[in-house]
Amino acid sequence: MTQARLGSWIAIVLGTLYFVIPLIGTFEFSMKMRRGEYSFDAYRVVLNDPQFQATFAYSTVLALATIVVGVVLVVPTAYWIQLRLPKLRPLVEFITLMPLVIPAIVIVFGYIRLYNSSSILPMTSHARATDLLLTFSYVTLALPYMYRAVDTGLRSIDVRTLTEAAENLGAGWPTILFRVILPNVRSAILSGAFLTFAIVIGEFTMASLLNRPAFGVYLQNIGANRAYEPSALAIIAFLVTWACMGLINVFGRGKQIKAAP
Amino acid sequence: MAQDAQLSQKPAAASLQLSQKTWAWIGVTPFFIFALMFLILPTVDLMIGAFQDPDGNFTLQNLANLNSPTIISAYVISLKVSIASALTGAVFGFFMAYAAVLGGLPQWIRPTLMTFSGVASNFAGLPLAFAFIATLGRVGLVTVLARDWLGFNLYGTGFNLLSFWGLTITYLYFQIPLMVLIIAPALDGLKREWREASEILGASRWQYWRHVAFPILWPSILGTTLLLFANSFGAVATAYALTGSSLNIVTILLYAQIRGDVLHDQGLGYALALGMILITGLSNGAYIWLRQRSERWLR
Amino acid sequence: MSFLVLADIRKNYGPQTVVQKFDLNVERGEFVSFLGPSGCGKTTTLRMVAGFEIPTAGSIKIDGKEITRLHPNKRNVGMVFQSYALFPNMTVAENVAFGLKIAKKPAAEIKSRVDEMLNIVKLPHLAGRYPYQLSGGQQQRVALARAIAIKPKVLLLDEPLSALDAKIRVSLREEIRSLQRALGITTIYVTHDQEEALSMSDRIVVMNEGRVEQIGAPFEIYNQPKTRFVASFVGTLNVLKGEVVDSAAGRLRVDGQELIAARSMPPTNAGEPCLLALRPEAATISAGSQTGPDRGLNHMTGTIEEVSFLGSVVRIRVRFKENAISLDTFNNPNAAPPERGAQVTVTFAREDILVLEGAA
Repeated sequence: MTQARLGSWIAIVLGTLYFVIPLIGTFEFSMKMRRGEYSFDAYRVVLNDPQFQATFAYSTVLALATIVVGVVLVVPTAYWIQLRLPKLRPLVEFITLMPLVIPAIVIVFGYIRLYNSSSILPMTSHARATDLLLTFSYVTLALPYMYRAVDTGLRSIDVRTLTEAAENLGAGWPTILFRVILPNVRSAILSGAFLTFAIVIGEFTMASLLNRPAFGVYLQNIGANRAYEPSALAIIAFLVTWACMGLINVFGRGKQIKAAP
Repeated sequence: MAQDAQLSQKPAAASLQLSQKTWAWIGVTPFFIFALMFLILPTVDLMIGAFQDPDGNFTLQNLANLNSPTIISAYVISLKVSIASALTGAVFGFFMAYAAVLGGLPQWIRPTLMTFSGVASNFAGLPLAFAFIATLGRVGLVTVLARDWLGFNLYGTGFNLLSFWGLTITYLYFQIPLMVLIIAPALDGLKREWREASEILGASRWQYWRHVAFPILWPSILGTTLLLFANSFGAVATAYALTGSSLNIVTILLYAQIRGDVLHDQGLGYALALGMILITGLSNGAYIWLRQRSERWLR
Repeated sequence: MSFLVLADIRKNYGPQTVVQKFDLNVERGEFVSFLGPSGCGKTTTLRMVAGFEIPTAGSIKIDGKEITRLHPNKRNVGMVFQSYALFPNMTVAENVAFGLKIAKKPAAEIKSRVDEMLNIVKLPHLAGRYPYQLSGGQQQRVALARAIAIKPKVLLLDEPLSALDAKIRVSLREEIRSLQRALGITTIYVTHDQEEALSMSDRIVVMNEGRVEQIGAPFEIYNQPKTRFVASFVGTLNVLKGEVVDSAAGRLRVDGQELIAARSMPPTNAGEPCLLALRPEAATISAGSQTGPDRGLNHMTGTIEEVSFLGSVVRIRVRFKENAISLDTFNNPNAAPPERGAQVTVTFAREDILVLEGAA
């Protein structure tokens, strides 16, 4: 084996150790709830905990809402920018980059200041309104990824030509949007959706500062008060993230297979 | 008659064009309204708040008040953790990406590494903290095994997971994958012909890296390091779960301030946030600029 | 003793043979092209001379020295790539200087050599530019300057003009050739464009599917192709299916009409099928319906199937029965081109009929 190849193997092995050992440690720890033997007790406790179910359900609902709002905002925008308003592209891209530049904690801080009970739009005074605010904050978190996925998807299907062909055949814009464009960017939207789900499910900072019963807040609570359950939750969270990424790959690859005749 | 048909078509087409552009503007309006209400205005309002006193008048006092030992030390520790995790993450991430892309390893290693990096880079926050507590905490797996198998007392050396080094090591779990994800495509961009051209002109492998490959890559490497830095600087959840409020970093300080006004000074909180925006903004701005520069070269 | 010797070179990738039995002796200062379609092994052979591939068998020698397994960076060979491969982070001058810098030449020598090279390729005013600011043709000239700056023993060019526009290709082709002549560098040029190979080379190696089909000067390759592949790949060619009447006398029959071929044929039984090749410029056309050999000339009667007016050239296709041939005549402004359906006689000399190796 050449020296270079040996070095590469060492790098990969060391990296693998660093990434795998914490997972093993977490799993091992999560099995130690019952004294003296390995068991899945911690998982049982966690999964049966009504708080777990309630907060996970809450975050799932919010994730779905985020995805819907995100899609409704991003898809038409990406479409019109590519088709008719290319000059606005730099502005839109700057906006979609902002959530990556400005930390989440700052964004939610801004919300609290701007939309608290003494402002024009007192969104933090009612629970439902705060839920809406939290959803919007999640949308800003997911915006960069969602926009990039849909924009790339639209670019790869040559939106302009498709639209002109449809117009030529007599379609109006709602038909074009729903029957021509959306089906073709479906996989991009799904990728964005799964990524959004992964982001929202585990999010802590925004939910905690807006005082909503999200899954992330539940996690922090458990972490502060229990010993073994946090590890079980960590493994569950890891599996959920893995599933989301896996589904993204499935849908991303699915599109490629379809495109190659 | 054919001409008439053409003439009658033209004005209709023109009016269709006009309304299409209008449709486009209508179509993008929700996005811009959303961006204004939930991105731009809150941020700007926050920044304005940093310059306001409790009565709403302009003042620089908030900024001046940043100059307190707690806050300065918070910034210092935040900067230290961010720099340490960014540099370490960049170095290790680079070598792992290099090994997978150019290292001559079996084909399956690269996609596996990329997939895992995709997962790991999103596995931040509380679960990550729990994982590291279970591994490197006082009764964590590695701590215990090190003691039982190697006779090595980790905590005896003064190491503590709930500290600067512990935080850095934990942050690496999402910093390294982020570096791998961004640098691997950049390594792909190194054309094979450049390596061959340099070889045929007499260069050794090391000379190729020194004169050609690294100069081409350094904007990406530097840019991504800055991205890692900003990423680390703005992280809250992991630190909070690991250290509670015991480690005094900027994000935790800000978090405590928002929750319970521990600084007893609203304006100071805004000033803290302003400082954060400046640091992450500059860092990410530099990353974007560097990325554009390297893309121009590699056209 | 030839300057560059490739002896019995073979290259396998696992079970697949990519280059079979390649033998070539190149004289000092000679310009040799490797010509063939994609996948014929020409680039692989070039890369073996460069050192990027190691032959499975055989040896390569430059100036008497065995280099078969030598690392590319020790061979003192220059190479120009299809994609130019200029280092994007360096200016034109730095690119050209690269090889000299690696060889640790003194700065003054580097500077004068770089200036000299840029003058030779006529780009001294672009010394401070970066590759992305140059056109394709300019980049390729810089790549050429960079390759010869180190005074290599052999210059290798891998389809250097494929990525360029047609007009630039033609002018750059001439520049490369005159530069090579002036400097006297032994050169190997890989291309799939037969016009390039024919116009530039001292000798051409025609390759197909890893095999060498023929090695020879351009005139020889074009006018005396040894195999059907060479005949059809180099220039346009009419291929006729006929049968042997008497191989010793060179008598053949095509579509019922008798011909005599002047060139020798391997002994074949009467009635065996054979393939004949005829260059379009070798045939002439006239009214009437003469057929059969006559005083050193062959005549065949046929019907005009298609007339294409191409400007200065009129391309006429004449059909016999199964076979048809294309021939070119010059435009005559005073006489209309012949009409479709007309019966004509096609005439060509006995020496112009080639019997090809390998049946249909």
